[in-house]
Amino acid sequence: MSNLKNLTRRPEFAAFVGTLFVFLFFTYFGWPTFIKPLVTAGWLNVAAELGLIALPVSLVMIAGHLDLSVGSILAAGAMTYAIITGHFNLPDIIGLPAGLAVGTFFGFLNGLIVTKTKLNSFIVTLAMMFGLRGLVFGITRLTTSTVLVSVEVNETVRRTFGGRLYLTFENAIVLWVIIAIIVSWILYRTKYGNWIFALGGDETSARAAGVPVERVTIGLFMGSGFGSALLGITQVALFGSAQVSAGQSYVFFSIIAVVVGGVLLTGGYGSPVGVIFGTVTFAIVSQGIYSTGWDSDWSSLILGLLLLVAVLTNNTFRRLALSAGDKKTSEAKSTSRTSPAELKEAKRD
Amino acid sequence: MTEKRIPYISIENVTKVFGGYVALNEVSLEIHQGEVLCLLGDNGAGKSTLIKVLSGFHQPSSGIIRIEGREQPIRSPRDAADLGISTVHQFGGTFPLMTLERSFFVGREPTKGWGPFEVFDSKTAGEIVVREMQAMGITRVTDGKRLVGSLSGGERQVSAIARAVYFGAKVMILDEPTAALGVKEAAHVLRIVMEAKRRGLAVVLVTHNVTHAMTVGDHFAVLIHGAKAADFRRGEKTREEITDLMAGGEAMAELEAELESYRSSHDGHPPQR
Repeated sequence: MSNLKNLTRRPEFAAFVGTLFVFLFFTYFGWPTFIKPLVTAGWLNVAAELGLIALPVSLVMIAGHLDLSVGSILAAGAMTYAIITGHFNLPDIIGLPAGLAVGTFFGFLNGLIVTKTKLNSFIVTLAMMFGLRGLVFGITRLTTSTVLVSVEVNETVRRTFGGRLYLTFENAIVLWVIIAIIVSWILYRTKYGNWIFALGGDETSARAAGVPVERVTIGLFMGSGFGSALLGITQVALFGSAQVSAGQSYVFFSIIAVVVGGVLLTGGYGSPVGVIFGTVTFAIVSQGIYSTGWDSDWSSLILGLLLLVAVLTNNTFRRLALSAGDKKTSEAKSTSRTSPAELKEAKRD
Repeated sequence: MTEKRIPYISIENVTKVFGGYVALNEVSLEIHQGEVLCLLGDNGAGKSTLIKVLSGFHQPSSGIIRIEGREQPIRSPRDAADLGISTVHQFGGTFPLMTLERSFFVGREPTKGWGPFEVFDSKTAGEIVVREMQAMGITRVTDGKRLVGSLSGGERQVSAIARAVYFGAKVMILDEPTAALGVKEAAHVLRIVMEAKRRGLAVVLVTHNVTHAMTVGDHFAVLIHGAKAADFRRGEKTREEITDLMAGGEAMAELEAELESYRSSHDGHPPQR
């Protein structure tokens, strides 16, 4: 009983319920197509690709920031790789690290601007999203005089990033698992995880407690830049070409996955396991719709509703978590203690 | 007997100007270990600025800070921490959505292992936090995995004080620790303040509550409009005299309290004009 109660108080519980719900929903309405391996591979691939961005972005969001530039960074990383290997015919040993480095660099720039100017990361990364998109367009047109660069992807790279595990299950799933393990390790097991939670909880207190706020913030943005570029290169390996306009849809997809996964939009609370569920939920809804025979337009409606429901349930579960402990004394007062006004106060301090 | 002792911190003629506004005007103070210094004054009197100067968030525009008699600027919160100066904010300066064991050790995590496998030692952290909380009289805390937000305001305040004491603070600055608390909880926090003093810490207690100040204070300083209006020791002034000293701002304090209660009953929104 108490174990069950503890389970429901974990940040990922609501996200798990959400995943289970959409899975059963589409199993019922998409029967029997939805449970076929090819369909499973379809949504698992989408989840894996989105996960490469959503997981590092979840750390950024737990630390209380947003990253809207992931789409542009994805295109920048992909284009760097494609131009170096496809246009200039240089070896992948140069193109691959360069693509990842470009992504990480623009993440670094995001973090640097956020920490130096103290501007809201929403604005900074919005500026980066547009500015970098322009830069990628400009440079690509100048060097290749087109907006789509095809690449004869090196066989090893193609197999590693764009290969298939089994049937149509992509290797991206393996990358996703690796990133998930790294992100979970950082957040749960290292002191850096503690700093990330503290930073999202209350930056001033974190600073006062001796957390190197600037370094952590910059590091997290570098992480999301790296993840974006990694997905960009993975897509080049899958499709054999890079497009300047690629990736913009991931900006909101990643935020949806992270929030549905139980991360508090203002930071300080969340878990990578929850984000994995959030990503899977997103993927099931966007792909599962094709097995129902309904028009795929409806998936956006479901996603919108799901996002709203997720935020509301997360609030409820968070209140439950805050009322943990000796019931009689704490539960009576818990409503006043966890009121938004007080949380706001605590944040402002 | 205190005349001969070297104060742990002394500030001399400290002035802080924010773009033409004088927040602190030539303030001098001595902070001794094993004593409670009560900093009284209305909102806007300069208490917060003074705390921020002591905790390294602001640099004084002029004036000298000495630590144990030696001139020593406090350039950052990190500097302050290295000098053993620990600041506890009104809400305990803690993170409501973190577990107690994690929030207690933010910035000073116990770890085990090495390199990339250096991990946060949750077991040790949990044991220490429960032990320290119990020692401070919060006996209902038996699990370090509780969220900080599930503690009451007083308990959070105590956990922040326990943290400062555990990490060997020499000076503890408490910013309005009792302002948001009920009578019983405030009494508990004041008892912990006495315990910290007994352990030899210098305590700077910022408050507008004269009764709380008189209960635990050894030394009192009143700030009005950024300047030190009075500086006296326990027993040198009566409660009425202290209240009168602060009376310049009495009307303001009433209005402030009114606004505060309006805010708390309207979800934190100030009255709409």
